[in-house]
Amino acid sequence: MTDATHALLAPPKVQRSAFKSILLHAVLILCSFGMLYPILWMISGSFRPQEELFGTSSLIPSALDLGGYVRGWSGLQVTFGRFFWNSLVISVLATIGNVVGCSLAAFAFSRLRFAGRNFWFALMLGTLMLPYHVVLIPQYILFLHLGWVNTPLPLIVPKYLATDAFFIFLMVQFFRGIPKELDEAAVMDGCSPFRIYWKIMLPLSLPVLATAAIFSFIWTWDDFFGPLIYLSDINTYTVQLGLRSFVDSTGSSDWTALFAMSNLSLIPVFLFFLFFQRLLIEGIATTGMKR
Amino acid sequence: MASGITLEKIQKRYGALPVIHGVDLKIEPGEFTVFVGPSGCGKSTLLRMIAGLEEISGGELRIDGERVNETAPSKRGIAMVFQSYALYPHMSVYKNLSFGLETAGMKKPEVDARVKKAADILQIGPLLQRKPKALSGGQRQRVAIGRAIVREPRIFLFDEPLSNLDAELRVQMRVELSKLHQQLGSTMIYVTHDQVEAMTMADKIVVLRDGRIMQAGRPLDLYNDPANQFVAGFIGSPKMNFLSAKLDETDASHRTIEIAGQRIELQKPLAAREGEPLTFGLRPEHIQPQDNALSLGSASVQLVEHLGGSTVVYASTQDGQPATVLLEGQRPIRIGETIPLSFHPSKSHVFGQDGRRVC
Repeated sequence: MTDATHALLAPPKVQRSAFKSILLHAVLILCSFGMLYPILWMISGSFRPQEELFGTSSLIPSALDLGGYVRGWSGLQVTFGRFFWNSLVISVLATIGNVVGCSLAAFAFSRLRFAGRNFWFALMLGTLMLPYHVVLIPQYILFLHLGWVNTPLPLIVPKYLATDAFFIFLMVQFFRGIPKELDEAAVMDGCSPFRIYWKIMLPLSLPVLATAAIFSFIWTWDDFFGPLIYLSDINTYTVQLGLRSFVDSTGSSDWTALFAMSNLSLIPVFLFFLFFQRLLIEGIATTGMKR
Repeated sequence: MASGITLEKIQKRYGALPVIHGVDLKIEPGEFTVFVGPSGCGKSTLLRMIAGLEEISGGELRIDGERVNETAPSKRGIAMVFQSYALYPHMSVYKNLSFGLETAGMKKPEVDARVKKAADILQIGPLLQRKPKALSGGQRQRVAIGRAIVREPRIFLFDEPLSNLDAELRVQMRVELSKLHQQLGSTMIYVTHDQVEAMTMADKIVVLRDGRIMQAGRPLDLYNDPANQFVAGFIGSPKMNFLSAKLDETDASHRTIEIAGQRIELQKPLAAREGEPLTFGLRPEHIQPQDNALSLGSASVQLVEHLGGSTVVYASTQDGQPATVLLEGQRPIRIGETIPLSFHPSKSHVFGQDGRRVC
């Protein structure tokens, strides 16, 4: 084949779009690297000797030092495993609470008829605009009187009472998209409202439940302020409070240990996301319907 | 066991807005009743009230003589097939069928036997393990009917179940539903806006309009003796012709009317006032392009539809009123041609200004 034939077979337009594509990918890769650099630097920093930590912007450590992990895990009064356990218990229970509580409230708002439904829904949405710091002190006093301060209860129990308006709103919108005929068919089949919720709505709402679960878990796991207010005994500390312990404003801070434990603290969130994200794309509620 | 249903002054209001205005109706045990009417006439609302999915604002609903206004839907012995099928998308066909029985606390062997029996009746045995998304429209329809059958209800309710099937499947399902009715012998109420479905399937047709029953009766009674202009226009395809007419003032016997410039003497006197505007109704199949019966004069042909087995002629009378003529077989009629129109007086209907039939 001659060059001329090649030129005919591969029109300039295609070449241009290939070039554009390469350029686009290069820019995107560069941007991604820019965004990932801090986390890569943290991972690399956790394996560096402490003294070379702030001396270089390179991502390759001069020597592999696992000391940060050893000091981080057992350098405090209690091992870091304790903090992981505390965080895990609080995050898992809070996530279950949020999913159960919010989905029940959302089911009521989207499917049940009761006096003042619209008023209560508007009021619930209004709480979205309340900053956490406004309710912090009244909440603290309440939990203090209940004797729950210095226990994980203030971080868990409210989640079972559907206090997260954002998730309720999200689920209400999703539930409204599920055809009402399914409820009616279930009513004809003799289902009570709770059985409709349990057997029909929940299985059809996996995507929104997974979304709520993922965000609940990540937000609770990453929460620093709540545990800081309510947990003062080191045995009840969560991972985020544990990490803070490595930074000392008066003495020296153990940065490599902090980075090492920070890396470990990312793993549960990453795994949780990996497990639940497939649910996000699973299941479309209306496949049993005609339209 | 089939059950009878009695509706006494049944009303439905949404707030202050009345949508069903005191409906009285008696449905005999084992009867196949079709609610028919245009969109918004209240036929689905009435069905849903019988099902228990809508509250009854006034009046009394009785099943086998027992008041059921406040009875829960699942306790009324009723099963319903929804327009959208409403199959549970996350459950297999088997589970869709068995769900109601399991909810009622039935033992597994009996559930199994009932599901198998329903699957045999509807020939959906091979589909039992599939999810609804893996079924065609017709198969989903069968599963939806199967879900009703397994409960062995006293009464079946169908809410426009065939409306989204293609024409061929629709005819097939229509036949199957009629067979199913014969086989089960249950009382069935079927809602549709398609008068052909109503005519072909019903033992009794109930024509509704604006939340009121216009007429209830056997299909051919409605066709032959419509109580009013609405029913006359709704039942029959192509639609009945309505021509403006007036009572001949010189005729003391109240038998002669003037239509399209022609004076026509009817067989019976009219129950109408002199000078009252009348509507003369004549079905397209009862008009002939001949001069040997009562004549409507000549008409010019505007459009011809050759359907093979029949020919539909859209014509215009001498005074410009539209008239549709349905002729059997293939006719060599052309657009622009003038044809004579005639009819037999026993096949005509005359309606008063308020739509009631006066002759």
